[in-house]
Amino acid sequence: MTDTHVLRVEGVTLAYGERTVVESLDLLVPPGQITAIIGANACGKSTLLRAMSRLLAPRHGRVVLDGKDLHRLPTREVARTLGLLPQSPIAPEGITVSDLVARGRHPYRRLLARWTAEDDAAVARALELTGTVDLADRPVEELSGGQRQRVWIAMALAQQTDILLLDEPTTFLDLNHQVEVLDLLTDLNRERGTTIVMVLHDLNLAARYADHLVAVKAGQVYAAGAPEAVLDATLVREVFSMDSQVVPDPVTGRPLVLPISRHHCSVDRREPVTLGV
Amino acid sequence: MSAGVLTSTGVVAAGRARRTRRWRLIVTILAIAVVVAFCLSLMVGRTFYGPDEVLRVIAGQKVPGASFTVGVLRLPRAVLAALAGFAFGLAGVTFQTMLRNALAAPDIIGISSGASAGAVFAILVLKVSSAATVSVLAIVTALATAGLIYLLAYKDGVLGTRLILIGIGIGAILKSLVSYLIVRAAAWDLQVAMRWLTGSLNGAAWSRVLPLAVAVAVFVPLLLGQARNLDLLRLGDDAAAALGVRVERTRLVAILGAVALTAFATAATGPIAFVAFLAGPIAARIVGPSGSLMIPAALVGALLVLVSDLIGQFAFDTRYPVGVITGAVGALYLVFLLVRTNRSGGSL
Repeated sequence: MTDTHVLRVEGVTLAYGERTVVESLDLLVPPGQITAIIGANACGKSTLLRAMSRLLAPRHGRVVLDGKDLHRLPTREVARTLGLLPQSPIAPEGITVSDLVARGRHPYRRLLARWTAEDDAAVARALELTGTVDLADRPVEELSGGQRQRVWIAMALAQQTDILLLDEPTTFLDLNHQVEVLDLLTDLNRERGTTIVMVLHDLNLAARYADHLVAVKAGQVYAAGAPEAVLDATLVREVFSMDSQVVPDPVTGRPLVLPISRHHCSVDRREPVTLGV
Repeated sequence: MSAGVLTSTGVVAAGRARRTRRWRLIVTILAIAVVVAFCLSLMVGRTFYGPDEVLRVIAGQKVPGASFTVGVLRLPRAVLAALAGFAFGLAGVTFQTMLRNALAAPDIIGISSGASAGAVFAILVLKVSSAATVSVLAIVTALATAGLIYLLAYKDGVLGTRLILIGIGIGAILKSLVSYLIVRAAAWDLQVAMRWLTGSLNGAAWSRVLPLAVAVAVFVPLLLGQARNLDLLRLGDDAAAALGVRVERTRLVAILGAVALTAFATAATGPIAFVAFLAGPIAARIVGPSGSLMIPAALVGALLVLVSDLIGQFAFDTRYPVGVITGAVGALYLVFLLVRTNRSGGSL
């Protein structure tokens, strides 16, 4: 695995029908790092990820992979460099884990070509990396949410891409499974140099796991950089329209966002409340 | 897998090999069942002919009695049954896979009705007599129907339930159009009318077999070539695209191939009720979750039509058209599916 593949967004405008969601946005994905895209609902972050994985063609501008326009490259070639785990993929009824993961080999298979030992090895490796070898012959629908997400990641891994894009990989998971999935992605990044780009809802998990944080507001990059450098109360107020206090995370030293809500806040600057318990 | 040590590659390879063997075995058994049903429909009838006589007729020898009964009456009928069933089964499973819904079969969403309406219009209003021309008009109206359904269902590119409901509506309109044309043409006997209402193999002749045979030869390889891409579409459009599938192109080829097969088969036999709808789910039940459903569903389709025609002809005092039998089976399954769909998502 190398980290030489460079994915770059150049002045991209994205729209669904008449509705413009992202306007002339520039973004460089740092190779070999973990990038987290954050932003409020409907700010365009998932749309941006769709464009970066060539599911959505830009109205203006272009997404560039290694200097070439992503939308002009052959689809299979792109699928060998850039993997995507969409937000809610569908597992066909009754499909077994290893059959699902084997789908990840599609970009390497020619029409009518036989399944090769190399394909088997790639599937096995993906199962090992995600700790799902023991589940190989189980139907996907019998698995827990966390296991299922690991299996989907295994499918993306069987694709053996240097860049992996994930749209909210931790949604619908319990906290322990969220951490488990993000730890797994970190392993992949550290051990294999896989460039990871993910849309995350949870600011604190994003701050903890990302090397590079991209905050999107109203279809524009509001700020981008190391979490320690960009994540502060001003960003949270501007991007999420929410007051907060940002303190160093006692576990990691990374920024930790503490929302200031209308209730149960002894530090609310506007309306101090002290609970007399 | 040397020395009995199972590496994870070994686990993966062994599981896959086991599932591939199982799939091949099932397909072989289904193919044998189709051949048996085909031979039975050549042998069974008012007069029974043994395998040796049937074989001699097929080999082109002159056998008194059998040459006419088997060669002229039963052989074209059996070939037509097998080809139409194969075409309906493959077209049905293609639509069901593509739209990820068991209700999305061409006979449920009105495409068969479109072909049927086109054929009836050609025969009754335009007075076309050539089977090939009727087929062409059937495919034109079937494609137009598919296009209309697609346009009406199109909203931000979203397919699915909306498309199915609109298809059912369009199908109902076209079915009433067929009924209207048939009622207006009082010269028609009930047998011919039944063919356009529920499908029938009566009056099968080589002239009707030929266009369908050509269509099967052209469109079956086209659809089977898309089998892998269609299978990936079951993961969702985005996941399939991420794996390098050209989603829109796959969908276009699949729609074209499936509509063409439906139209040619309908022009030859009428819209044999529920075969396209039933074949996929039955195949899925037999094959299980591993391996492509396309060939198994096509074989199940052929088997359904062959067996239903035998039942329709010989199981009762009256001879029923094949579509009445498949219709009775299919209606029950439709009720079952609707009840189940209400509870779960209703994917294939």
